[in-house]
Amino acid sequence: MRAGTKRRRNNGQLHLMLVPGLILIAVFSYLPMAGLSIAFQDFNPIVGFNKLNWNGMDNFEYMWALPDFMPAVKNTVIISIMKIAAGILVPVTAALLLNEVRSVLFKRSVQTVIYMPHFFSWVILGGIVIDVLSPGEGIVNQIIQAFGGKPISFLSSNQWFRYVLVITDQWKEFGFSTIVYLAALTSIDQGLYEAAVMDGAGRWRQTWNVTLPGIRPIVVLMATLSLGNILNGGFDQVFNLYNPMVYRTGDILDTLVYRIGIVQTQYAVAAAIGLIKSVVSLALIGFGYWIAYRFAKYRIF
Amino acid sequence: MHLMSRSYKTFLIFNNLFLVLLTLLCLFPVINVLAVSLSSSAAAAAGEVAEWPVEFTVKSYQFVLQSGQFTGSFQNSVIRVLTGVSLSTIITVLVAYPLSKESHVFPQRTMYAWIFVFTMLFSGGIIPSYLVIKQLHMLDTMWSLVLPVGVQVFNILLMLNFFRGLPKELEEACLMDGASHLQTLLRVYLPISLPSLATIVLFTLVMHWNSWFDGMLYMNHTDKYPLATYLQSVLNKTSIPQTEMTVEQAILLQSVSSRTVRAAQIFIAAFPILAIYPFLQKYFVKGLVMGSVKG
Repeated sequence: MRAGTKRRRNNGQLHLMLVPGLILIAVFSYLPMAGLSIAFQDFNPIVGFNKLNWNGMDNFEYMWALPDFMPAVKNTVIISIMKIAAGILVPVTAALLLNEVRSVLFKRSVQTVIYMPHFFSWVILGGIVIDVLSPGEGIVNQIIQAFGGKPISFLSSNQWFRYVLVITDQWKEFGFSTIVYLAALTSIDQGLYEAAVMDGAGRWRQTWNVTLPGIRPIVVLMATLSLGNILNGGFDQVFNLYNPMVYRTGDILDTLVYRIGIVQTQYAVAAAIGLIKSVVSLALIGFGYWIAYRFAKYRIF
Repeated sequence: MHLMSRSYKTFLIFNNLFLVLLTLLCLFPVINVLAVSLSSSAAAAAGEVAEWPVEFTVKSYQFVLQSGQFTGSFQNSVIRVLTGVSLSTIITVLVAYPLSKESHVFPQRTMYAWIFVFTMLFSGGIIPSYLVIKQLHMLDTMWSLVLPVGVQVFNILLMLNFFRGLPKELEEACLMDGASHLQTLLRVYLPISLPSLATIVLFTLVMHWNSWFDGMLYMNHTDKYPLATYLQSVLNKTSIPQTEMTVEQAILLQSVSSRTVRAAQIFIAAFPILAIYPFLQKYFVKGLVMGSVKG
């Protein structure tokens, strides 16, 4: 009995600790979710939420009819899939190569440099990318011209823009993503390598038969969890690099929402696009976590 | 290592060379822009600058630092980082501790955890969030930049997993001695959580320093912009705005170009991160790996 009351008092304190966090997400996460109801309204920013004018699916019909909508969906999916593929291939390769390095000092130095771009914003990195790729004075085009090539305006070319997005995204993130794979590599049982050596396996055989199977679960897990990102093309990056000339290949859902909602102040239509995006993403994330749990026993917490 | 075959040794040499090349490739664009920022406008325009400044000058930096807008938004960013990081760190620790308890000790834990995690999976998006901030009359205030991102669920999960990795006997001993949960958290858990704490502080600090979009959305007056937002608004412009320029600046303007000035702005904005990175770098890998190990 006494133990029971004591535990209840202690737990009261646990509830109290959660209160500030709960208030913040109630106001800034859950209230906006409720606010998504404006997607079904003829929303007037001056009247606000007080007077509701439900208009059913009108905003969604308007959204489908927008000439920019389907291209944005297509661009988002293509850009995301390219990024997800590169985002697994490059860091896994980098981790495998780094894992072969013998000198601890050398390994650390390489890691320190490749992690760093992760900590810069796309405003800074975008500024660097724009300068480096500029067709007039940019160093990349200086090099191309030095080898006798013609300057390319990468950032205003529909042919190049998506590749620029994928490559610069890897430039920023591959180093940081290798942390996960390096951690997975160090947790492989060393006994397996010894056994492989006893069986006469060379370095390549060991990589093929021990290392790769050893990190397969984590690779599958990372691929599965990135499913939920298919409708995120990377707003910060695209916004800081794109311009009207590459809307055809570079305009993603988030940039479209920004232009329609904030620039043109058509809040209800933009909210409708946002709602569709959030719902589909949630379904994809749910599916991803379900697979991750079934096949890798992964849980979020 | 006498066991190494000749072909493996060759591989190692090429592997190291390749990694050096990769590292240089990562650094080169940054070094190039740094060199541009320290070069004369003529050399920059002629495309003569590669990895080393040509006709070294710091005039572009002088020009940037004399701009009232730049220093004002730098201050805004510092205030934002200080308030934002303290708020977020306190909330992260306060939320992570109860959620790290076992379900049989704290039965509502799973429900609370889902309430927090769900905000990572689904969101209202920018339009309803903007309308909420507007209705709360928080436009043009620092609160609109600090409160909505006060709860960092990813950091909470890191901290929570770290707390769970701590030995159970520790908590039992504290509660046995009559310590409350808050005392246990502050006196026992936090002092041994420094690597994880450093990691979440670093992540939040970087997030606040780099955030530009919320500043653009919620601030109507450009003098309220944090530095990242101010930079975003000027970096894409090809020419330097001639308005509100002092005489000194007008004189300086003759010896700089918009390209060298942009490059200088990039570096001044990147400087704080470059400065803290070496100190916190040793913590974050450790903190990240420890936090993600599941008990």
